[in-house]
Amino acid sequence: MATPNTPLWEVFIRSRNGLAHKHVGSLHASDAIMALQAARDIYTRRGEGLSIWVVPSSAITASDPAEKGMMFEPAESKIYRHPTFYEVPDEVGHM
Amino acid sequence: MYTQALNTAETADRDLEDAGKAAQFQARIDAEERIEPNDWMPAAYRKTLTRQISQHAHSEIVGMLPEGNWITRAPTLRRKAALLAKVQDECGHGLYLYAAAETLGSSREELVDAMLAGKAKYSSIFNYPTLTWADIGTIGWLVDGAAIMNQIPLCRCSYGPYARAMIRVCKEESFHQRQGYEIMVTLCRGSEEQKAMAQDALNRWWWPVLMMFGPPDATSQHSDTSTKWKIKRFSNDELRQKFVDATVPQAQYLGLTIPDPGMTQDADGHWRHSEIDWTEFKQVLTGNGPCNRDRMAARRKAHEEGAWVREAAASYAAKRAQRQTAQAAE
Repeated sequence: MATPNTPLWEVFIRSRNGLAHKHVGSLHASDAIMALQAARDIYTRRGEGLSIWVVPSSAITASDPAEKGMMFEPAESKIYRHPTFYEVPDEVGHM
Repeated sequence: MYTQALNTAETADRDLEDAGKAAQFQARIDAEERIEPNDWMPAAYRKTLTRQISQHAHSEIVGMLPEGNWITRAPTLRRKAALLAKVQDECGHGLYLYAAAETLGSSREELVDAMLAGKAKYSSIFNYPTLTWADIGTIGWLVDGAAIMNQIPLCRCSYGPYARAMIRVCKEESFHQRQGYEIMVTLCRGSEEQKAMAQDALNRWWWPVLMMFGPPDATSQHSDTSTKWKIKRFSNDELRQKFVDATVPQAQYLGLTIPDPGMTQDADGHWRHSEIDWTEFKQVLTGNGPCNRDRMAARRKAHEEGAWVREAAASYAAKRAQRQTAQAAE
């Protein structure tokens, strides 16, 4: 019997309380429960995490790097979104 | 998230003739930018990296076999637990690397099948037998030491997923080398027989370990383009020399003799080894090493015997998915 390819999962780990989950890598597993167990064995052998998320890779929609110029242009041209754009007199002190 | 976006691979290959894109790609490499899976890349870059990363992954997986040989016979519970953890790490390294290779567009199944069919290679070093407990010390000290030498520059490799995998691997590899050296220190401080066992292991592993760095620069096939693409940062001979210079003092501390009577130290302090027997290297690479057949047989057996588990997990997942759909429809 030909076994279908085992699905791919992306693994996110929260390393300490207060920090966000961070992408650490991917793995193959047949279902979510096995993906969680495999993520523990592959990515947290030295106490790297307090919490794991696994997400089917197919559920992720990614932006196209070839379009990154157009995609991020609106942020590039708006320097007034940064605090350093504004002048505050020295006498006022730290703000 | 990386792999399936590679259905763009075909378009990328068609664009191979686009000199403009190739020049842009090289400019990004020269500017030390990292190449990510969805970026345009020359077909040869993809092919070279797929081959290199998957070979690296196969090596980690086959590398579990010579050491696994001693888990049940480790001399103490402490040594056993450490060896077990090390072998488990090698498996993890293989899995990080397969994941990185897959981002270039091959499936895990294709990569593993290529190895089992004998079409993909793994490191020559794992075709040597582990005859005594001292071999486990020597592997950690020298084989993992050589691997670290080779892998540290790979943390800055131009291909992002490979570089990131290497960072994780290098962090863990340091424990491997230290546990190996500790075994050697213990043997060398032990009885005459134990010290002789350590020397015997060094005698058998020294030359195969030097071969791990690959053919001499003058005859290496893949070096030029790999250097241009910043996959490779140092040549085979440069890394080999670094390794020898780092290792000789460690052997001296142990009171062991490097099995190379022709070795000399030059004016700059570099230890110069004698000529390496490259016919042996070629023999091992073409399948005629002491353990090639055993290693392949063990991998194939494990894969075949695990087939029912993969099938059961797939059917269980399919059944559950079906039930969920049915429930949702009610």
